[in-house]
Amino acid sequence: MNLLGKLDWSAIPFDQPIIMGAGAFMVLAIVGILSWVTLKGYVPYLWREWITSVDHKRIGVMYFLLALVMLLRGFSDAIMMRAQQAVAAGGAQGYLPPEHFDQVFSAHGTIMIFFVAMPFVIGLMNFVLPLQLGVRDVAFPTLNSVSFWLTASGVLLINISLVVGEFAKTGWIAYPPLSELQFSPGVGVDYYLWSLQISGVGTLLTGINFVTTILKLRAPGMGYMRMPVFCWTSLAANLLIVAAFPVLTATLGMLLLDRYLGFHFFTVDGQGNAMMYVNLFWVWGHPEVYILILPPFGIFSEVVSTFSGKPLFGYRSMVAATMAICVLSFLVWLHHFFTMGASADVNGFFGIMTMIIAVPTGVKVFNWLFTMYGGRVRFEVPILWSIGFMVTFVIGGMTGVLMAVPPADFQLHNSLFLVAHFHNVIIGGVVFGVMAGYNYWFPKAFGFKLDERWGRASFWCWLIGFYVAFMPLYVLGLMGMTRRMQHYDNPAWQPWLVVAAIGTVIILGGIVSQIVQLVVSIRHRDRLRVTGDPWNGRTLEWSTASPPPAWNFAVLPQVAERDNYWVTKQRANAEQVPPLQYEPIETPKNSPVGFVNAFFAVAIGFALIWHIWWMAGLGLFGTFLTILIFAFRDEDETEVPEAQLAQFDRAHQSEVAI
Amino acid sequence: MNVTAAVEAGEPLPSASEAGPAPKRVVVAYGFWIFLLSDIVMFSALFASYAVLRHATAGGPSGAQLFNQTRVAIETACLLASSYTCGLMALAVNSRSRLGTYVGALLTFVLGAAFLALEIREFADMIAQGASPQRSAFLSSFFALVGCHGVHVAAGLVWLAAMMAQVAVKGFRPAVLRRLQCFSLFWHALDIVWVGLFTVVYLMGVTP
Repeated sequence: MNLLGKLDWSAIPFDQPIIMGAGAFMVLAIVGILSWVTLKGYVPYLWREWITSVDHKRIGVMYFLLALVMLLRGFSDAIMMRAQQAVAAGGAQGYLPPEHFDQVFSAHGTIMIFFVAMPFVIGLMNFVLPLQLGVRDVAFPTLNSVSFWLTASGVLLINISLVVGEFAKTGWIAYPPLSELQFSPGVGVDYYLWSLQISGVGTLLTGINFVTTILKLRAPGMGYMRMPVFCWTSLAANLLIVAAFPVLTATLGMLLLDRYLGFHFFTVDGQGNAMMYVNLFWVWGHPEVYILILPPFGIFSEVVSTFSGKPLFGYRSMVAATMAICVLSFLVWLHHFFTMGASADVNGFFGIMTMIIAVPTGVKVFNWLFTMYGGRVRFEVPILWSIGFMVTFVIGGMTGVLMAVPPADFQLHNSLFLVAHFHNVIIGGVVFGVMAGYNYWFPKAFGFKLDERWGRASFWCWLIGFYVAFMPLYVLGLMGMTRRMQHYDNPAWQPWLVVAAIGTVIILGGIVSQIVQLVVSIRHRDRLRVTGDPWNGRTLEWSTASPPPAWNFAVLPQVAERDNYWVTKQRANAEQVPPLQYEPIETPKNSPVGFVNAFFAVAIGFALIWHIWWMAGLGLFGTFLTILIFAFRDEDETEVPEAQLAQFDRAHQSEVAI
Repeated sequence: MNVTAAVEAGEPLPSASEAGPAPKRVVVAYGFWIFLLSDIVMFSALFASYAVLRHATAGGPSGAQLFNQTRVAIETACLLASSYTCGLMALAVNSRSRLGTYVGALLTFVLGAAFLALEIREFADMIAQGASPQRSAFLSSFFALVGCHGVHVAAGLVWLAAMMAQVAVKGFRPAVLRRLQCFSLFWHALDIVWVGLFTVVYLMGVTP
């Protein structure tokens, strides 16, 4: 009986210079940041104001930061893959051995979906939703902090896998039987499973929290048809989280039972059924892509309407299209594996459903176009991303509809055409949307705008880089190149892959511009300082100060109309606004429970990956104890007196005044 | 528009969707309902895999050969009765009777524990006969589905014990009342899952 389970020195790949270099860099960066923070004496501040904060705005910012850091990690993987495929033609093997290349593409997919796109989108929803709904926080503030820290736990585990042990070599979907113990005996798949299970619990809790927030906490007068479109698309996305993530939890749970206790859900022997995994995985997986894309649809709606100075065209049809996508997204999962061998009728049904789901998306595109039509469009950075999205996303959508035709899919399945398609919609849709939202709401979060010039540079690099990097992949897919190839024999493919690699470098320019933009903006923040309403906004978040106070609104806004703040501004000159009547507000108290819980979650995950059973038990007991102690707390709210509210409002009069 | 103001002014009441933020009691119960829904979605994935793998016995024993219906009937009776006593506990809570709450909780706990003991006994017997989850895909899905419900019941028992400690230490404070309400919802939901489980696994399972 070994005290450390399967863990020993052989877990650390000392003979792999690339991994050791990356690992050393990561450890140095973490140690560097931690010692800088400690030496500067920022620890108490960080602990008080951020780590234990249950304020939805702070948590949203932390989610976004987490996603930005992981974007760098996931993008490094992308550059490594593009470099490998650019050189590994003919007899050449490139610089990445197969077992390492397999880990790189698996980590790239897992990280980009779960730890970049998800935290980006959830971070924006966290920050924006309560402000747009005109309320003071989400339904369950402490639970929100728990969710964030569970996501961070998953991130930490997946990064530990870089140095201690290995990551999965199965692709980000981890299909059995390859991912079963028989064929993947290492800890790679276990890292994959536990980091997703832990962060998945966090995501599910977020979904529950936001659905409750949107349906039960809205400013007085804000009926459903007066909600901003971003709230609608977030509602749809969170309903999908609640309905889809439990399926992922159950599916990965079954795979865990197979791997840890010798069950036969998906094994080759014992009459297991590997195809059931594929079905269950995509029952979650297809709604997941709509969980990612629906909130950006809402961001585009807000941005297009604001920067065109017009109400959104076809609000009701936008809402209907959103909810239609929400329902239909559960009826298309089989198009991910037409080639699996279901009957022609089944394939036909799912092919047609897939084409149908393109219809509401088309409705949305036309709504955005008609919103801009006849408007006086201000070409600031957020709208650039939006227009770039409309062009790019339509191309990606059309290649998707092409693959929805089962006979065509038999040719294109698992080819680079597919890889090009989903990057086309995820980069062109989710990433562009997140960047639009980032530039749009940053001034609300921090009180100063992001630098315009670097913002434009970043947009153009991303846009051009995207086309240079992914259009060649469409061609390669049609030429017959499949995905995930460590090397290939056909020299005709190489020029296209070299072009794609150049595209990746251009995208790198976009990411560097973004970092520079952030640094430059922080340094020039006094020049970029803004009021509460820098864009001449339409929705309630712009009616409070930038950055908003902990209580968001000193007095809850009364909503009488759609785009209520815009309408109020139009009338403000004609009407006398009565003085505000302040009442004391209860704000939730900070709580370390999320952070402590995450500590135990990482311990449990790491222990289970390495079969250190005593540590897993201890971690589980710690979690239980944490929740129990939290449940016995005596007070969880502090009161903000009227005087403080009035004082804050007076200090920000120029911003609150209309 | 504020409801009281509307009544005083004789104006029509605002619709529920325009009434402003709901009180905390409603928000908590609503959020917990959503959680229960998600939990039931998770069970439905396990149900689906059981349905797919039901005949995948790999030459091993089938449900008809394994299930002891008398024991399952007693298990079911225990769990359904515990839902009834849980309802009695809720009534006692509503009338703020500590003694009634403790008695209701104790009965619920004992019945739930009896259910769990019977289930563990059933599992142990099956494993002793060589019908372990490692034997076939059918048995894997059976143990996962029924076991997952059992884990929920066990968690419920721990929760119930913690709630009684809260009632003893904190009394019937609003936060404690909200949690007791959530516990009731949870316990009844487990009953509903069991009804589905009983039907799909134990009744349909013994048909040839």
